[in-house]
Amino acid sequence: MKFNKTAVPLFLIAALLSGCTADEEKNDFLDDTSAKTVDTGVATDTYNEEGAKVSELNVDRTTLSGVEALMNSPEFSDSASLLSKRTIYFEYDSSQVLSEFFPVIEAHAQYLMNHPNQRIVLEGHSDERGTREYNIALAEQRAKSVFKMLQLIGVMSNQVDIVSYGEEKPVAMAHNDKSYALNRRVQLVYK
Amino acid sequence: MIKLTRKISLFLLCLNLAAYSHLLRAELTIEITEGVQTAHKIAVVPFATPQGEKLNADIAQIIADDLAGSGYFKVLERGSMLTQPTQPAQVKFRNWAATGQDYLVIGFMTKDNNLYHVQMSLFDVYKKEQLNGLRLTVEASSLRMAAHRLSDVIYQKLTGVDGVFTSRIAYVTSVAEAESKHRYHLNIADYDGANKVPMARSKEPIMSPAWSPKGDKIAYVSFENKVSEIIVQTLSTGERKSVARYKGINGSPAWSPDGKKLAITLSKDGNSDIYILTLTDLSLRKLTKSWAIDTEAAWSPDGKQILFTSDRGRLPQLYIMPSDGQGGAKRLTFDGSYNARGSFSADGKTVVMVQGVQGNYRIAVLDLATGGSHVLTNGPQDESPSFAPNGQTVIYARRKLNKEILSTVTLDGVTKQDIRHTSGMVREPAWSPRK
Repeated sequence: MKFNKTAVPLFLIAALLSGCTADEEKNDFLDDTSAKTVDTGVATDTYNEEGAKVSELNVDRTTLSGVEALMNSPEFSDSASLLSKRTIYFEYDSSQVLSEFFPVIEAHAQYLMNHPNQRIVLEGHSDERGTREYNIALAEQRAKSVFKMLQLIGVMSNQVDIVSYGEEKPVAMAHNDKSYALNRRVQLVYK
Repeated sequence: MIKLTRKISLFLLCLNLAAYSHLLRAELTIEITEGVQTAHKIAVVPFATPQGEKLNADIAQIIADDLAGSGYFKVLERGSMLTQPTQPAQVKFRNWAATGQDYLVIGFMTKDNNLYHVQMSLFDVYKKEQLNGLRLTVEASSLRMAAHRLSDVIYQKLTGVDGVFTSRIAYVTSVAEAESKHRYHLNIADYDGANKVPMARSKEPIMSPAWSPKGDKIAYVSFENKVSEIIVQTLSTGERKSVARYKGINGSPAWSPDGKKLAITLSKDGNSDIYILTLTDLSLRKLTKSWAIDTEAAWSPDGKQILFTSDRGRLPQLYIMPSDGQGGAKRLTFDGSYNARGSFSADGKTVVMVQGVQGNYRIAVLDLATGGSHVLTNGPQDESPSFAPNGQTVIYARRKLNKEILSTVTLDGVTKQDIRHTSGMVREPAWSPRK
């Protein structure tokens, strides 16, 4: 089956997705350049009481000003624009994209297809219930569901990276169904 | 600190030879049978300090807390003590028999320049005899550890089981900073949460700390580069090495018993599978090959089996398979709709895990011989269980009101203890191996 870079009707995407299972998916979600050697990012040397160095991790390596400007542009910030919506929510224990989010995903797909140098990270998240590493795996499946839709519409796979954070980065801190619903999400983060 | 611990060990070694040579048999034998357990009554009298010096560490209180938290002892309150002897010659057994005590611990300290000598005596009140006497010499900063050492000796003497009071825990904390921004720390502390030492801190999540079998390194997951990777950090130097950074998930590191390999979860081939990573050359062998999520690997103590979580049966359950890949996976859990993150006791007979029933997640243990499981905790969000090195206690993380804290529970589920901590959310405890 082959798609050109025009928008695929939504019902067709839905039909394709419902027939998709994880084992059919053999795509490279990150290009190989991302598997490079590690910058430990040790900024300042502090020592713990045993004399061992405390590792200060992840110093910000890139300036985000270009992306910030883009995100502040009317196209991405005006609430009337679909591109201002960059979070896809999921039901409990599900990685199925709900139909109400199809237009949002399609809008981002169109933007990415029109800007082939633009890259995006799909961050997978889960609610807090269940074990942490299992939630990492679940949340990755959610991000992959969104990735599949983007790809079916015609986005190049090398424009998209996936990172699963599981339950480690909640946006809602309460422990109730409303919070859980807000935390079960995929965030589309432009780079 | 390490140096001092070694100093204590040397002292103990010398003293143990004298103390134990004529007393090889344990005083009590604890048998855990379906949660039947009798707490033995013990009094721990405040230790006399040198010239009545006020010290930061209350040796007797630390010992009392250790023993009470183990679940095997009921400790007499200080207010109920008729007398407070500090020297063996001052002990009148009838005073302790009158309050129903089985055992008595007394002690005193002397000071020699900057070194403290801590002298402890353990008595059997009924038999009216001294069971053990011990002197430790430490600097002021190691007085807490000296108290834990004494607890280990008392516990071993009276139960026949090694104490775990000098062991340590690794854990992760998350402190909220700005809106939806957090600061993540990997810490090591005494088993009771005291003497916290930071090992790593990051603006991005840190997860899944795992001790090497020798206790000299910790493997963990870090998102410091905005992708997941597995780091091995040497505790004595702080040196870090990234050992896995493949596309997708790099998670759930678990050390092989010989310390040469890690079982890890990767999703580089499409979905989460378990791989065996050899640490010398970082070579990979794929262990599970299912279409489903396979993660949270744990090695059996003999290294021959890998326990893991899989949703190949749709809901997550525990499975076991040979670590050499020669043989299929067998499902182990059938009680409850959700069984995950299993790990073995040191004797390999028991598995501790998270069991979810209707959204209530609790810590449960599975008896591998019978296949039966029983629940230890109340939920609703208990996770990350880890056996103490002596297999008698489990440490786990739970939610208490709106905080994440660490707690311990004895294997019969009777004695539960919260571990003190400072600010932030505390999670993912891993109990160090025995030193």
